[in-house]
Amino acid sequence: MSFDFAAVLNATPYLLQGLLFSAELTLVAMIGGMLLGTFMAIIRHMRVPVAAEAIRAYVTLMRSIPLILVLFWFFFLVPLLLGHLTPAGRSIPLGPKFTAFITFTLFESAYYAEIVRAGLKAIDKGQYEGAKALGLSSLTMYWSVVVPQVLRVTAPIIVSQTIILFQDTALVYVLSLTDFFGAAAKIAQRDSKLVEFYSTVAVVYLLICSMGSELSERFRKKQGYRSPRGRFERAKRMFGIARP
Amino acid sequence: MRFLFDQTAEGGTYLGWLMSGLCWTLLLWFVSGMFAFAIGITVGAARTVRYLPLRIAARIYVQVFRNVPLLVQVFLWYFVLPEVIPTAWGNSIKQVAPPWASFYPAVAGLSLYTASRIAEQVRAGINALSDGQKKAADALGLTAFQTYLLILLPQALRITIPTLTSEALGLLKNTSVALTIGLLEITARAEQINEFTFRTFDAFASATVLYLLIALVLHQVAFQVERMLRIPGVSQNNAVRK
Repeated sequence: MSFDFAAVLNATPYLLQGLLFSAELTLVAMIGGMLLGTFMAIIRHMRVPVAAEAIRAYVTLMRSIPLILVLFWFFFLVPLLLGHLTPAGRSIPLGPKFTAFITFTLFESAYYAEIVRAGLKAIDKGQYEGAKALGLSSLTMYWSVVVPQVLRVTAPIIVSQTIILFQDTALVYVLSLTDFFGAAAKIAQRDSKLVEFYSTVAVVYLLICSMGSELSERFRKKQGYRSPRGRFERAKRMFGIARP
Repeated sequence: MRFLFDQTAEGGTYLGWLMSGLCWTLLLWFVSGMFAFAIGITVGAARTVRYLPLRIAARIYVQVFRNVPLLVQVFLWYFVLPEVIPTAWGNSIKQVAPPWASFYPAVAGLSLYTASRIAEQVRAGINALSDGQKKAADALGLTAFQTYLLILLPQALRITIPTLTSEALGLLKNTSVALTIGLLEITARAEQINEFTFRTFDAFASATVLYLLIALVLHQVAFQVERMLRIPGVSQNNAVRK
């Protein structure tokens, strides 16, 4: 039993390239997912007929099936669907990279939509009424008054969700993409150095995600949830438990 | 959907493939869920005790298992564990027959990962209880173990039922990660059917419907459990939802 971690050092440039792709995917899915998710949450909050119901169904569906299955849906089916739209009727392959970007954005938007929707509900009614009394249009009300507050309230949850998203990007392994994990897996299998590469990957993910968790915790503390008094008030609000 | 009854290369039907996938998914889900629940409650309670070393150990557990992607954890159990333990043990692990050889590592990965998430919720549930509960238990002369078993956990777990439900649902979805180490659960079977028949839509639609059905049943069961365990006079309708 001897382990050769020099192999990992030699592969560092390749691994970093993979890590860059993971970061890129996370960033695109986060920004795209947040924009789309906020938009969907607002439509549900405004109770737009038909659209609100359709979005509810979409969010429920996305949240009930595994991400790997969604990746397969997009990887195998969307090319066929696009093929039907073109005159030639031939399937158009999207390529795994493009599939990953689209899938993660759409999949995460469902989760972000639920977070933002909870935030929209948590904002004081007076904010909505005040904005209306000032004669702001619905768009201005949401964009300038409500959403900025929602983002502040939900910041810790959004950060934790983004950490989960970053962890989930490792699943592009099933499309044989070269993200951080994919890069490590490829070299590990080529050189049969599974132990060295997989343990290194685990440690790097641990470090990055721990930093993310720390950030989320900071946001939470900033909101004063940690003081005993605040904790009790919050518990009372959430659980409706009266002080004995 | 007629293709479901067509004959496969192995002699059975494609429906049989899906059902076998369903069985593996459910088995994996149930076994990992039980372990995750037991470990999660223990670790979650340990995070709130007075004894500092125990609290730190529980904190490290949560930190490590929550911050490494599930896929990586499953790979560690499957590929790395047999190599780093003494050779004789590693060899006996490698001799386990195929479906179980990927089943056990999947259970290890899924249950430890899910336990770290459950622990956080159990901790939040215990912290949300009034301090008076612990003080009263002390005043009655209960030991720390009795306090947790008889006073704190029964209340905290009731509060956390809604989040535990969503964890159970999350665990169900995460079982699909087991396909990466060769367990033929629902998603893997759907992909396999797609490969053999090119009925892409039908294959993935069947898998999606199966997941939706399980989720539906789970929601109903959770709702009934929540109603059964409700403490009369205490409103829990607005319990924490993440």
